[in-house]
Amino acid sequence: MGKHLLTMTVNGETVEVAVEPSTILIDVLRDELGLIGVKEACGRGECGACTVILDGESVSSCIIPAMKAMGKEVLTIEGLDKQGKLHPIQEAFIECGAIQCGFCTPGMVLSAKALLDENPNPTEQEVRVALSGNLCRCTGYVKIVDAVLAAAQKMQK
Amino acid sequence: MWEEYVSPRSIKEALEILQSYKGQARIIAGGTDLILELKEQPRKAKCLVDIGEIEALKQIEQDEGHIRIGAGVTHSQVASSMLIQKEATVLADAASAVGSPQIRNQGTVVGNVLSAQPAADTAVALLALEAEAEVATASGTRFVPIEDLYEGIGISKVNSTAEIVTGVRFKSLGSNQGSAFERLAQRKALALPMLNVAVVVTTRECQFEEAKIVVAPVAPTPFRSKGAEVVLQGTPISPESIKQAAEAAAAEAQPRDSALRGSAEYRKKMVKVLVKRALEQATERARQQ
Repeated sequence: MGKHLLTMTVNGETVEVAVEPSTILIDVLRDELGLIGVKEACGRGECGACTVILDGESVSSCIIPAMKAMGKEVLTIEGLDKQGKLHPIQEAFIECGAIQCGFCTPGMVLSAKALLDENPNPTEQEVRVALSGNLCRCTGYVKIVDAVLAAAQKMQK
Repeated sequence: MWEEYVSPRSIKEALEILQSYKGQARIIAGGTDLILELKEQPRKAKCLVDIGEIEALKQIEQDEGHIRIGAGVTHSQVASSMLIQKEATVLADAASAVGSPQIRNQGTVVGNVLSAQPAADTAVALLALEAEAEVATASGTRFVPIEDLYEGIGISKVNSTAEIVTGVRFKSLGSNQGSAFERLAQRKALALPMLNVAVVVTTRECQFEEAKIVVAPVAPTPFRSKGAEVVLQGTPISPESIKQAAEAAAAEAQPRDSALRGSAEYRKKMVKVLVKRALEQATERARQQ
């Protein structure tokens, strides 16, 4: 069967990509669109490194057929900064020392964004639940949780 | 992995596509289990038929005391539904326990039943609610109790290359009923359950009228602990009767030693603990209604 024309909005821009029907979303984002901030770690939807926001919800892009994104909005980590000015969540991660190797960070930041967009003033427990699909092997999570709570404060100003 | 991907707009269209592929096309909803099976196992499909864009399947509805959840409804939607939280609390609790936020945003409750894993969180809850699945084929629709959908571990009796489960339905819980879900796992998220317990109790004044107690994985399918349920029929509500029911559930449960889920001995003991906790919470919730 031939390629399909996949139309979607990625980081605010309409894109059209010709894809094989069996393409997985993460591969379109990384290989076709050059958005290599989307990281593949487990490839099974079990670690959250590949998290992107699809129509406002955090999802694991490594197990989503690209065709499922047809007509939808995708936000990757590259879509957060505005012409180089970091998003408050990104700033908070840096200020709180919440980044070590950085591999989990794009997914963590996006899960945090999905949370704060819906719940601007979360409790610590709500932050932990929102991040529970994102594994980090370096930090022990404490500073990441601090960063999300600090970002919430920043964003409410 | 697959050669064609289509997103029909209606159940009728989806069934027609399945028919035309004669067993080589397969239904996909959230895909959180299916994509892994296609990536990692010999399970193949020539065509994936994505029912996620069919509006009619995305509803949670209540009609004359029955709640119906469409095949496109995700765990997140069920977990956050005020209706489900109030009138099928055990299912809201179970849906909140699935995987992770990302998995819950994609995966569906119906898919959780069709993956036919014995301890699938929402399937365990649906069994306690005595839910039925609505199975659509080209020649008509039939209703099948959830517990009759299991062929074996990971094998559903539903043939997703020829039939479509369009939803599940069950009676909403009444003011004299309470429910609860208890989960034991090595982590609070992204962990398969060592044990899942779902209970629904019906009370009258100070007595249990009846109870539904489901425990998993202690068998190839989610397991109704009828021995424990019988203990509570017409029994006064008391710590003693709850303790006896929990002990009966533990006695009936036959978990196996599992490197993934824990030893048989440990889990058998934990059945008693979880059933006791679930019965206490369900009873308290019934009292509060």
